[in-house]
Amino acid sequence: MKELNIQAVVENLDEVIAFVSSFLEEMNCSPKDQMPIEVAVEEIFVNVAHYAYKPVTGMIRIVCNRIDNDAAIEISFEDSGRPFDPLAKEDPDVTLSAEERPIGGLGIYMVKKSMDNVQYEYRDGKNIFTIRKNIHL
Amino acid sequence: MTITKEQNGTALTIFLSGRLDTTTAPELESEIKQDLEGIKELTFHFGNLEYISSAGLRVIMTAQKIMSKQGSMTVTNASEEVKEIFEVTGFSSIIDIR
Repeated sequence: MKELNIQAVVENLDEVIAFVSSFLEEMNCSPKDQMPIEVAVEEIFVNVAHYAYKPVTGMIRIVCNRIDNDAAIEISFEDSGRPFDPLAKEDPDVTLSAEERPIGGLGIYMVKKSMDNVQYEYRDGKNIFTIRKNIHL
Repeated sequence: MTITKEQNGTALTIFLSGRLDTTTAPELESEIKQDLEGIKELTFHFGNLEYISSAGLRVIMTAQKIMSKQGSMTVTNASEEVKEIFEVTGFSSIIDIR
């Protein structure tokens, strides 16, 4: 188990990614799995940094765990900001043409598509978002 | 992230290396806003691009919207991992990826 407690501000993204990538390296995660996991971490962290505590800032706790005899990893993100379920948002229509498509709105969709499991709960005043990815050694 | 540009008349190639993420995407966006005027052929060379997140995709989509109006846009040499992200997000069907 590895844990990081850090101010949820975009300026800390590099440190968050460095923390997660060192965990993934310890697990000998392949580049094929590493990139989608890092993308998921970025999307979730940046979401919290942008919205959870607005207009002030607050902390986020990130916990990385090995599960299923190291066949999978689980990363959870906890903040004490306003309750917000990112999974409640409707998926973007990825079949629209370039002209019709909005510029953004893909972040959480990418997380849902690339992870094997995503889960949100609001418990004890905390938003807890957990992702799981099976890694193929 | 490093951005290198090569212009030949109305053709512009942008070479990206490193990570195109929340931190670095604004830099690329401001370059694009300055440079695309009069460009008819835009190529993104992704040979050394290690990573792209939704913040990077936003900028690529912005560029595609501009180029749809004034010419064409191509993405070349993307890694398998980056291509996978283009697949998942449906970018593969709207952007010319070679």
